[in-house]
Amino acid sequence: MKYIKFLVVGIIFGIILSKSEAVSWFRIYEMFKFQSFHMYGIIGSAVVTGAVVIAIMKKMNVQSTLGTEINYSVKKMSVKRYLFGGTIFGMGWAMTGACPGPMFVLVGQGFGLFLVVIASAIFGTFLYGLVKDKLPH
Amino acid sequence: MIELISKPWPWYISGPLISLVMFTMLILGKKFGVSSNLRTICSMSGAGKFAEFFRFEWKKDIWNLIFILGALIGGFISREFLTADPSVAISAQTIADLQAFGMSNPGSDYIPAEIFNWDTLFSLKGFLLMVVGGILIGFGTRYGDGCTSGHGISGLSNLQLPSLVAVIGFFIGGLIVTFFVLPYVLTL
Repeated sequence: MKYIKFLVVGIIFGIILSKSEAVSWFRIYEMFKFQSFHMYGIIGSAVVTGAVVIAIMKKMNVQSTLGTEINYSVKKMSVKRYLFGGTIFGMGWAMTGACPGPMFVLVGQGFGLFLVVIASAIFGTFLYGLVKDKLPH
Repeated sequence: MIELISKPWPWYISGPLISLVMFTMLILGKKFGVSSNLRTICSMSGAGKFAEFFRFEWKKDIWNLIFILGALIGGFISREFLTADPSVAISAQTIADLQAFGMSNPGSDYIPAEIFNWDTLFSLKGFLLMVVGGILIGFGTRYGDGCTSGHGISGLSNLQLPSLVAVIGFFIGGLIVTFFVLPYVLTL
């Protein structure tokens, strides 16, 4: 039962991603060809409102509902890791038209084939785990 | 009201709503980032036998699996009850570009069914787009420590420089594939 709130937020997230068409292969293709503002508008407005929200939360020292500090996930700087990893992910994003969230949403939409994309992504993560120590980070 | 919801939502509604999802996850004491689920699934499936990277207490990340299960259900609800017409109003130029690659009805649904179907999966085209594409996503998100949600939304909102580097990487990779790889793969 303690998980039900995450299920609810997830359902809302799935509906937003669907209705925004961010799960559409066509929207991703169009974005990478700079032929529409749509995806830039979604990501841009999410970041701007998100930045305002986080700034306010920090200012007011907001705590979580559990009474704990908010985890803002500060990441350690490295150009190699984020640039190489990001580039590899970007290639896959442009091919499948789906990032990790949308691939699950699309299965729910009835595109069962995206289970193959999910399985492949899980396998890709597994491969990373095997070679992790040999890569520049 | 339901009629309005059943239309595609404009970016200025969707974007702020996504940041609201992030806000809710933070307030609930968690974070907003989807791709770490892939690692959790590896660990659950026993990948710890093969690599140290998967030996962690995955049970404490069950909340994120539940979140993504919710997203899947949300996709179903949206499709079944909140979508009057699944066509996507992409630009005329995008339609023309894709038609030039032999696609007959670009934007008639969320996904180009001529490419993403069970028959093409066993062709070189389908294998590259779905299997190789999927592997790149899984490998790249863990190497880069995040995807569109973790870096693109959460990281940039928190003004994290590493996330900006990652997002620049997303675009380098996406542009390379879109301009130099897809023209060949789509016409296979």
